[in-house]
Amino acid sequence: MRAVTWQGRHKISVETVPDPEIVNPRDAILRVTSTAICGSDLHLYDGYIPGMRAGDIVGHEFMGEVVDVGSGSSLKKGQRVVIPFTISCGQCFFCEKQQFSACDNANPAETRDASELLMGHAMGSAFGYAHLTGGYAGGQAEYVRVPYSDIGPVIIPDDLADEDVLFLSDILPTGWQAAINADIEPGDTVAIWGCGPVGLFTIQSARLLGADRVIAIDHFPARLALAKSLGAEILDYRQVNVREALDEMTGGIGPDACIDCVGMESHGFTLDNILDQVKAQFYSVTDRPHALRQAILACRKGGRVSIPGVYGGFADKFPLGQLMEKGLTVKSGQTHVQRYTGELLDMIRDGKFDMTSLVSHHAPLEDAAAMYRHWHDDQDDYTKIILKPGLEKTIVQNAHAMADA
Amino acid sequence: MIATDAPHWTLDKPSDRALFGKSLLINRPRQELFDAWQVERFPAFMENVIAIEPQAKDVSRWTVRAPAGRHVVLINRITRVVPGEAIYWQSEDASDIANSGEVRFRDAPNGRGTYVSLILAYAPPAGALGRWGAKLLQREPEVQARRDLHRFKQLMETGEVTSNASPSARSSERPTQPHI
Ligand SMILES: NC(=O)c1ccc[n+]([C@@H]2O[C@H](COP(=O)([O-])OP(=O)(O)OC[C@H]3O[C@@H](n4cnc5c(N)ncnc54)[C@H](O)[C@@H]3O)[C@@H](O)[C@H]2O)c1
Ligand SMILES: [Zn+2]
Ligand SMILES: [Zn+2]
Repeated sequence: MRAVTWQGRHKISVETVPDPEIVNPRDAILRVTSTAICGSDLHLYDGYIPGMRAGDIVGHEFMGEVVDVGSGSSLKKGQRVVIPFTISCGQCFFCEKQQFSACDNANPAETRDASELLMGHAMGSAFGYAHLTGGYAGGQAEYVRVPYSDIGPVIIPDDLADEDVLFLSDILPTGWQAAINADIEPGDTVAIWGCGPVGLFTIQSARLLGADRVIAIDHFPARLALAKSLGAEILDYRQVNVREALDEMTGGIGPDACIDCVGMESHGFTLDNILDQVKAQFYSVTDRPHALRQAILACRKGGRVSIPGVYGGFADKFPLGQLMEKGLTVKSGQTHVQRYTGELLDMIRDGKFDMTSLVSHHAPLEDAAAMYRHWHDDQDDYTKIILKPGLEKTIVQNAHAMADA
Repeated sequence: MIATDAPHWTLDKPSDRALFGKSLLINRPRQELFDAWQVERFPAFMENVIAIEPQAKDVSRWTVRAPAGRHVVLINRITRVVPGEAIYWQSEDASDIANSGEVRFRDAPNGRGTYVSLILAYAPPAGALGRWGAKLLQREPEVQARRDLHRFKQLMETGEVTSNASPSARSSERPTQPHI
């Protein structure tokens, strides 16, 4: 089969590799029909995620048709399913607590060791995301092996298109959990850093969970425009002092909840960020948490900070005293996708979410290398990319251009 | 008298014999886990164990994979069994590696399942065997024991030993073999 592979920093290639096979009874094999590129894939692309090996198949946002099942799978051939990016057994202490991304069984005995050394406890598992998180092949491929297929997959009724449900795999539940973690109360103003796909679903979720006002922060006009169309007030951080603006918009107290949808590769030319970039070049720190610092400083006393943005290790100049003295509550984590997919599928059916206006491009799987380059270099034009194994090479479809035509 | 509640295997280790202990929370009832801890079932989750043959009552002969394609043979005798709670063993003189150990099962609080602790002590073998045996012994028994215990947990909780076997673009790998 053909599959998108990581070959090194900024090196993605589509290769012919063996087809996956059923290995364990609970496995299923999927023929992938749609797969998206995520902001998390940028961290891999930029070489910030330890434990990648040349030749790894990437991709953790995907869906498709069941083509083979093991004896312990509850799926049937021909079913259409969306797969959560987190691989979870459903039976350990963590899965029973619905903390699926912390599953203690999905990361094999051999790969969990290194992650335990790095994090204090072994990490959970994900598709196509380095050997620290299990070393499983990803879904940017024609076929993929899905372990524990009786637990995660979301069965999709025929009347829903791929585009309506694909993001149940990650960014919709991630935005939803980010907003749930902000413990939103009536009257709240919620500030959201980053208007990438995660930020855009966090905006929608915060509003659905009852936020009175949502203020979104980024610097790309197209992404800010999408945020505005979803009901957020917007701040371009190149034009304003973000903290001053947030204070002035909230009578001086600051937002009740602040959500970091940026993660470890914060942009911007502020002094702390430039120092972080210099250090990150030499790998003495792994994270550039400019947006998170700002979120902590901006948050009102007694407020909440929610961090869906991904970080990999140690950070410099973390505002610890500010966090403590202001009495902030912090919640974070990889998304417990399986916990939310049922209710979110219902909400999609009820038309609660705009699932499609963020999608800027549909492209063939074969064009993955170019698409990764655009996703990295042209973030204003490329707001979400869906790859299709079926499409013929170089029939790139710009969704906005098609809509305008 | 030591004023601590720490498990003895986590305290400073005074002897030359390597001592290792690892505890895991397994989300199954204590008796079920105790019953499943049967010598015949070990090869299903102990990766380096090639075969275990019963020799006499409570004595078994283990063939264990060692570096450089070699094998070691362990002759272990179960010395004490506390039903539902613990199993102790001790190697016989004929064993390539002198070792002793115990596995303990304790109820975790509030229905969380069972804390299973595997505690191993072993002495490096002498002579020619010692040269490569030492290499084997520096890290390997601990790493293996820890991984074996995790595989036991996977098997008991999920019914499978977890595997990341899946394709890659590395020509040396096959999609049915785990990548490490
Ligand atoms: N917790 C999870 O389970 C989970 C799941 C998916 C993604 N993520 C993470 O969420 C983050 C966002 O994902 P995405 O797909 O939206 O990525 P993305 O890269 O498309 O979006 C990030 C956005 O943040 C903006 N940004 C950068 N620096 C900023 C700053 N200083 N202030 C304000 N905005 C800034 C960028 O311009 C960009 O639009 C990533 O770190 C990703 O890894 C986490
Ligand atoms: Zn993702
Ligand atoms: Zn689990």
